Amino acid sequence: MVKVTLENVTKIFGKVVAVNNLNLEVRDGEFVALLGPSGCGKTTTLLMVAGIYKPTKGKIYFDEHDVTNLPPKDRNIGMVFQSYALYPHMTVYQNIAFPLRLKKVPKNEIDRKVREIAKLLRIDNLLNRKPAQLSGGQQQRVALGRALAKEPDVLLLDEPLSNLDAKLRVLMRAELKRLQKELGITTIYVTHDQVEAMSMADRIAVMNAGKLQQYAKPEALYNKPANIFVAGFIGNPPMNFIEGSVYAKNGEYFFDNGEFKIKLEKELGEIIASKTTEVIMGFRPEHVKISLTNVPNSVEGVVYVVEPLGRDIVVNVKVGSIVVKILASPDLNLESGQKIWLMFDQRKLHFFNKISGTSLLV
Amino acid sequence: MKSSKTIKYSRTKALLWTIAKYLVVIIIAVVPLIPIWTMILWLFMQSFSSKVIMGILPSGLTLNNWRFLWSSLKMGLKEYPNIWPITFNTLALALGVSGLVVFVSVLGGYALSRMEFKGRTPLMEFIIALHAFPSIILLIALFVILNKLGLYGKGFMTLVGIMLIKAGLEIPMATWIIKGFFDAIPWDIEWAALVDGCSRWRAWRSVILPQVLPGIGAISIFSFLSGWSEFILVFTYVKNEAYYTLPVLIYHMIGEYKFIDWGLLSALGLFFTIPTLIFFSTSQKLLLRIYVGGIKR
Repeated sequence: MVKVTLENVTKIFGKVVAVNNLNLEVRDGEFVALLGPSGCGKTTTLLMVAGIYKPTKGKIYFDEHDVTNLPPKDRNIGMVFQSYALYPHMTVYQNIAFPLRLKKVPKNEIDRKVREIAKLLRIDNLLNRKPAQLSGGQQQRVALGRALAKEPDVLLLDEPLSNLDAKLRVLMRAELKRLQKELGITTIYVTHDQVEAMSMADRIAVMNAGKLQQYAKPEALYNKPANIFVAGFIGNPPMNFIEGSVYAKNGEYFFDNGEFKIKLEKELGEIIASKTTEVIMGFRPEHVKISLTNVPNSVEGVVYVVEPLGRDIVVNVKVGSIVVKILASPDLNLESGQKIWLMFDQRKLHFFNKISGTSLLV
Repeated sequence: MKSSKTIKYSRTKALLWTIAKYLVVIIIAVVPLIPIWTMILWLFMQSFSSKVIMGILPSGLTLNNWRFLWSSLKMGLKEYPNIWPITFNTLALALGVSGLVVFVSVLGGYALSRMEFKGRTPLMEFIIALHAFPSIILLIALFVILNKLGLYGKGFMTLVGIMLIKAGLEIPMATWIIKGFFDAIPWDIEWAALVDGCSRWRAWRSVILPQVLPGIGAISIFSFLSGWSEFILVFTYVKNEAYYTLPVLIYHMIGEYKFIDWGLLSALGLFFTIPTLIFFSTSQKLLLRIYVGGIKR
């Protein structure tokens, strides 16, 4: 197994900067997710690690070896593509055996390994089929088997679960995680699905428009987002944002958006006010409590619409001229038009610089 | 009661409509085939019968018209022991054209489909423009070239020269066709092969090529048939009867006698179409079989 290091990696296609000065280190045996919306450069990054694209600038290291100019075949990587990219003219057996045949592994050894991998992935009954005769989930396992067969130093996964149905996806999430921990292969996983990234990865690199936004453990991304993009991308339903200003009055700090104001705890207010006054306040739907009566330092709102999710309900609350989403218990029996009060958990409020979008609390 | 009547009525209407549709299909699809089938039938009947009534009804089964397969065949002053040397010439020309076309266009088509290089688009437009020139307007220039290359009047080497010309004329279109087949292969599959440990050449050979087999089948058949039926180039450049091909032979069969042996001619014609028939009946499946990649579509 190896450590993967990307150093100032930039990739430019024509005039488009796909990846912009990316620095990333993936530790030996670590499971790292590259997370971001479509077109953010995450797949490009993966293909550069694979050696299919050459970085325009920067270097890539496997341990201490500079592999920037090494062709893919000499990097000992396994890769699963979003489309699985199985060889349609080969059977499942031949697909899994192909990388081993290229490595000139002896025939009986190949046979043993293919059967072992197939058993591990529970596709041993499909070895004589052609890819076109398999379901999506089976194809995905074959692709994984082909990637694992040659015992790669690095496993690269490009949205491997996005073509599966919802139920199978949840199942495979746990399966993949277990497999990765069991084999201890350094893994880079590309996805646009934050739930996948949060539930599987040891660390997540959030990317947007070719730039690394934040690289941290899942909890840190959730609790301490570095900027407004990460804050809005991680979490479902997404974080609510309200523009406003923070100021001090008689030694007390307030957040005021023109339609309502809340008093901030002194420590919090001091930190923010020392940096800027024009801010964006963010709060997660799950960190607000709904009160049916007026309590001190709460914000008045009107229930706009209620979306039941089964275990929870998402309450859309109209506060002044904006609508925010609040996660609440279905026991509340809220109805549209009802007047309610929102109580914020001050330790779970986020404040961002209105201009740069960076967090004021990290 | 009333509603069941309406249903019955609309059922009759639907039935009539279906019949009308089938009638239209039959008229459009079958009627134009009648003259073609008549011609083929004529060819077939004529070649196996000693006499035909009304041009199509056979009387007296005979293999006499097929005697060129085992006994001598006279053409003007030249007498061939049988048809096989000429068949060999034709086959050599057709296979040579086909081989050259497949070799060049498979490599060229891959490059045009997969590789980025300067002037790729203009090159592709230029290639298609080349196809606009029929061989007949190039006859004189090609004669000069053949002569300069020392391939004119050199017996079998002249056929090789014609092979080169014919392949050159077929390659542009074949390259375009095969490029389309390469275009249809997702990049992912080629990348997967590279990651699995292939060099670019090996990936092309073991992973990409097997998937364009239907395309290779198509261009090899088309170029084989175009070589097989080539007339004007052989007619113009080959002066030695020993290196004639079947189309030229058939032409001379018609051209040099006042009296035409229709039975012999139709048997020759049928003999000439045999490869075409074999090719189309065996390769239909190959042409239709297009591989489907990883995701079900």
